[in-house]
Amino acid sequence: MSELAIELKGIDKSFGLVHANRNINLKVRKGTIHGIIGENGAGKSTLMSILYGFYQADHGDILIDGSKVDIRDPNAAIAAGIGMVHQHFMLVENFTVLENIMLGAEESQILNAGITKARAELKRLEKEYALEVDPDAVIEELPVGIQQRVEILKALYRRADILILDEPTGVLTPAEADHLFRILQQLKEQGKTVILITHKLREIMAITDEVSVMRRGEMVATRTTTETSVEELAELMVGRRVLLRVEKGEAKPADVKLSVRNLTVRDSRGVTMVDDVSFDIRAGEIVGIAGVAGNGQSELLEAISGIRRAASGTVLLSGSAIDVTGDADPAALRKRGLAHVPEDRHHVGLVLKFDESENAILGYHDDPKYRKGFLLDVDAIRADAEEKITAYDIRPPNPRLKTANFSGGNQQKIVLAREMERGPEVLIIGQPTRGVDVGAIEFIHKRIIEMRDQGKAVLLVSVELDEIRALSDRILVMFAGRIVGERTPEASEGELGLLMAGVEGPKEAAE
Amino acid sequence: MELFQVFIELAQSTVRVSTPLILAALAGLFTERAGVFDIGLEGKMLGAAFAAGAVAYITQSVMMGLLAAILISVLLSLVHGYASITQRGNQIVSGVAINFVVAGATVILGQAWFKQGGRTPALSADGRFGTIKLPFADSLRDVPILGQVYSDLLSGHSPLTYLAFLMVPASWWILYRTRFGLRLRAVGENPGAVDTAGISVIWLRYRAVICCGILCGVAGAYLSLAANAGFTKGMTAGKGYIALAALIFAKWRPKNILFACLLFGFLDAFAIRYQGYAFPLIGKVPVQLMQALPYILTVILLAGFIGKAIPPKAGGVPYVKER
Repeated sequence: MSELAIELKGIDKSFGLVHANRNINLKVRKGTIHGIIGENGAGKSTLMSILYGFYQADHGDILIDGSKVDIRDPNAAIAAGIGMVHQHFMLVENFTVLENIMLGAEESQILNAGITKARAELKRLEKEYALEVDPDAVIEELPVGIQQRVEILKALYRRADILILDEPTGVLTPAEADHLFRILQQLKEQGKTVILITHKLREIMAITDEVSVMRRGEMVATRTTTETSVEELAELMVGRRVLLRVEKGEAKPADVKLSVRNLTVRDSRGVTMVDDVSFDIRAGEIVGIAGVAGNGQSELLEAISGIRRAASGTVLLSGSAIDVTGDADPAALRKRGLAHVPEDRHHVGLVLKFDESENAILGYHDDPKYRKGFLLDVDAIRADAEEKITAYDIRPPNPRLKTANFSGGNQQKIVLAREMERGPEVLIIGQPTRGVDVGAIEFIHKRIIEMRDQGKAVLLVSVELDEIRALSDRILVMFAGRIVGERTPEASEGELGLLMAGVEGPKEAAE
Repeated sequence: MELFQVFIELAQSTVRVSTPLILAALAGLFTERAGVFDIGLEGKMLGAAFAAGAVAYITQSVMMGLLAAILISVLLSLVHGYASITQRGNQIVSGVAINFVVAGATVILGQAWFKQGGRTPALSADGRFGTIKLPFADSLRDVPILGQVYSDLLSGHSPLTYLAFLMVPASWWILYRTRFGLRLRAVGENPGAVDTAGISVIWLRYRAVICCGILCGVAGAYLSLAANAGFTKGMTAGKGYIALAALIFAKWRPKNILFACLLFGFLDAFAIRYQGYAFPLIGKVPVQLMQALPYILTVILLAGFIGKAIPPKAGGVPYVKER
């Protein structure tokens, strides 16, 4: 018996020209929670996919429990006692919990024989690890936290001793995340080994025993968690010192720029997603909307920016109404000084197949400054793009490059540059740093604060509570389509977390 | 009693007309639940019908004809599988291509081999499926109503018809009660879940496509060896598309498929029977309108009367491992 649950020796993997993993060495001790941290694209997921048999390493060895194993496919990984909880759950949504757990481990050709056994085994696992879940519930009707529990049960059902979790808290409320951590602690106490992949430093500090840091495909350091700090880890991740806390001065709110009254929005199925929401945003302040994804934030943004028709309510932009229940025209709204950085830059914010310079003017292409008669003035567009590339430090600095070839952070900067450089009165930003690495986050946060200090009204929606607390001057919490409370950024995470989960907090702060 | 006689006759012809629809729709069920859309049911059926007619004529053996039909249909399915599963091509394009190729190839080969304008020579009794007479069918005919239902409606069909109707519960059992079925349904919803469970997505989808080929083969053989005595050009006449419509109409469920196909079959049978018949009040309905009826109804039903038909989530999308 070895001390080590997993040992990786010299793992190397390339995808074409991309060298995703370079000579990775990693030791994970048995019965510990081992964190793997790194920016997006650092190669964490690739490494774990190799461990789970999704890809084969070009070079290098995998040792499980001290002996070399050849993990050619997920079957081999399962046989070696490895279980994986993917970032996007690998569940069949219209199957029951039991069917999902049995899938691939059915025992016999005819299901009935295995079902009774599976039920009994599931019951035993539930008891042993305090993972309660109704085996006959259909997955799509369960909250994400429970769905994740099913994923964990799936791994345990296959007798996994090593559990890999890939960014497990991205979709969870703070309370659900805490619950997950308690489950992981318990698994550890039962002798399981847990590998936690994340880019959230706080989680690493809270739960891991050891942490390994990846940067640009390399494993740059392994530390004992108690002997390191958030600052050191951030520096290791990015390769330079980073400011984790955004510096910002006192807000100087002036006139109301955006006024939302009794806004109600329904989705295509007729379900009310935004329910009678009212708030004001003044020039020179950032109002953050906190909430777990799917509580109406997206629909709120879409309604205000004229992409989605609202069922009822009024919105005033600098005192004059926006026709949110009729044909609000996003292009016209932009001309009136409302800029929108959409939540999903891939589907709404950018056309990935276009050149950088084309995306840099998307939605503003009818501006005479980009036109030469009926045609687009390509030279002017490129010159304009180059200015923005310099101002926003977009890399690589090539306006002719296809947008798909930029990293997430740089794509986001393209969108931000486009929307911010117009000097809008009101800036609506959804998920400004989703899929953006730490270095770029710092830059983006600074820009948002700058916009505020220039006297713009900023509406910020983010599922990252830390981001909301760091940037906002006021925080509105959204739950099930309603604003359930307003807090100052000093409010504790626990308090906001309760509101986000729909639990009534203490009395609302006085206006 | 005359009305009852009409009913029995209509019902009997409904069963006959529905047989290929049921088989083809079940064929589509297997691939589509596995996430491979298949608009090529029509082409496979046609190819199978031709192979059945040609081989049954040459060998004078109905069983050889059936085998040939299944073989050709499975081969065409594998072509579709190769294009859409292995090469990750567009499933609609691949299906349409099969339909076109088969429509042309059957006529060319038929003409080259048999020189009867794209037909295969008429089959003798040995080359065709006979009808099965259920026990006591003759002696029970005189029992009022039930006897007639038994003797004229339930008895006296081709073995392939009985097979088609048996395949409905059998398909349900395979899809919902076996490991293969569980995995097949899973791969049509979330192939990632299947892959991470250590099951090959590719092999699973190929098996689904082969199941489709077998059933389409039987459907084609029914057309040229049971419903007719040989192959005639374009003899599927859109049945593959109707089966596809029935599949959607049935929301991809075996039991519903039976009813959807019987409904479409009934419309067809009705249209055949009442061609040129003068209805009270309406008068004589043009033949063309009667023939178009099943299609018109399909459009109307699909357009709004069945609620939302939610296809398998991963349908039409080739599986690519996440990078």
